[in-house]
Amino acid sequence: MNAKQARRPNNQGPQAIPSLLVVSAAFVSGFCIMTIEMLGARIMAPYFGGSLSVWGSILTVFMLALACGYLIGGKLSTNRPSLLSYALFFLTAAALSLPIIFFADEIMRPIFLAVEDPRYGSLLASLFLYFLPTTILGMISPYSVRLLVENSDHSGQKAGLLFFVSTLGSAAGTLGTSFYLVLWFEVNEIVFGTAAALALIGVILMIAGTQRGHANDL
Amino acid sequence: MTCRLWPALFCLGLFSAPFLAAETLHEERSLYRDITVTQEGNRRCLVFNVHRGDRNQTCMNTADPERLVFEYAKMTFAGLLLNPNPQNILIAGLGGGSLPTTLTKLYPEAKIDVIEIDQAVVNVAKRFFDFEETVNVKVAVNDARVFVKRAGLLEQRYDFVILDAFTGDYIPEHLLTEEFLEEVRAIMSPDAVLVANTFSTSRFYDHESVTYQKVFGEFFNFKLPSSGNRIIIARNEALPPRGELNAVARSLSPRVEAFGVPLLEYPNRLSTRVDWDMSRRALTDQYSPSNLLRDN
Repeated sequence: MNAKQARRPNNQGPQAIPSLLVVSAAFVSGFCIMTIEMLGARIMAPYFGGSLSVWGSILTVFMLALACGYLIGGKLSTNRPSLLSYALFFLTAAALSLPIIFFADEIMRPIFLAVEDPRYGSLLASLFLYFLPTTILGMISPYSVRLLVENSDHSGQKAGLLFFVSTLGSAAGTLGTSFYLVLWFEVNEIVFGTAAALALIGVILMIAGTQRGHANDL
Repeated sequence: MTCRLWPALFCLGLFSAPFLAAETLHEERSLYRDITVTQEGNRRCLVFNVHRGDRNQTCMNTADPERLVFEYAKMTFAGLLLNPNPQNILIAGLGGGSLPTTLTKLYPEAKIDVIEIDQAVVNVAKRFFDFEETVNVKVAVNDARVFVKRAGLLEQRYDFVILDAFTGDYIPEHLLTEEFLEEVRAIMSPDAVLVANTFSTSRFYDHESVTYQKVFGEFFNFKLPSSGNRIIIARNEALPPRGELNAVARSLSPRVEAFGVPLLEYPNRLSTRVDWDMSRRALTDQYSPSNLLRDN
């Protein structure tokens, strides 16, 4: 990708990355991050309790994972960004969320046995349960910005739009989960729902990416 | 009293809002809540989150500190009807410490473990409510779920377990699930009794009842018209017949009289009648929106 291509005038042709698709995907990813984060405390309470430090562990791990994700996603976006790679992030995040459903006890039990202090126990457990899927979800934000940006003049505006939408998604995920979803569904059902939503977005992006043909013409 | 200095009407106003008339002895914002200690006449109270209008957690009569003030605290002693001689007692939730303080006076030989999540509550109980840690009375600053799980691994056993960790406005949801109650059951000796202090109102009542029934089978439901609280009394074995409860009440009553516990009145109040909607869903680690259910 050179500067000349990046400064191409408004790309309205059939080859354009569909902004609505990217923006929607970012919304879903923001939603899912906070849904998993809200449920994180619930998932760990049986082993580590509901003290403030358990929340501290979860938030720390999510922040660290997002930080790493932003860095990696930003880096990857410089190398021939495509809808197909973007789709892979969603599919991978969906797959990496599944251990939260199927192996939570297997992960938390040995940590509970080995670490007596619930602060460090919950920190370790958060790392194993949430770090990988959240890192992948963090990669989505900078990558989405790259997909939306057509020229450098509007890059800040696009980034602003993207953060606006994905943070709105996060707000919706936080509220929806803590007010309603926990009342209607079991914890595992909700986590499964987020994984399914991420996978669905991944598949849609993949189809869109394939239809666009090769993505290196961005 | 300062009343003499104030116009009579204003004074009346003060008495109709007794909380305002109380003197604040101590205020503290802990990790979990605002803690206030108030004194009004001889009545000293521990109040959580006073600004949200929470109820008193514990009150003590400073002129007669042995005598329990709150109905629910007295009601807790109904559990003794099922096990009149506990030796290993576990109490989740310290408050002002009236339960461990009374129990250690009644049973000086008994080992009492108290679990309290908030160190500030422990400090306040010691400073203002005569709570003492002794050779037999120990406090663990920990989450009850973590403590109970670990006690299970260490194969510890208790013969009297009191769950008193709910405050007026918040239920720690992980302490009211089928899985938690199973973990509690696992650390109860065969003759042990579980006493849970909880609420008697709202839709939550149905879910809670169904959950307890699922784990313990039939249990005693203990409510008094004078109290918004509800005491659940359960055990692993089948519940004893009422005649047995009356016999225990007669023999134990003189010992608990000093604490203001009308034990003789209790056996007839223990009910096994199902007065809840049995079709409600049991609360589990997977489904435990207790606070939402309580508000609805």
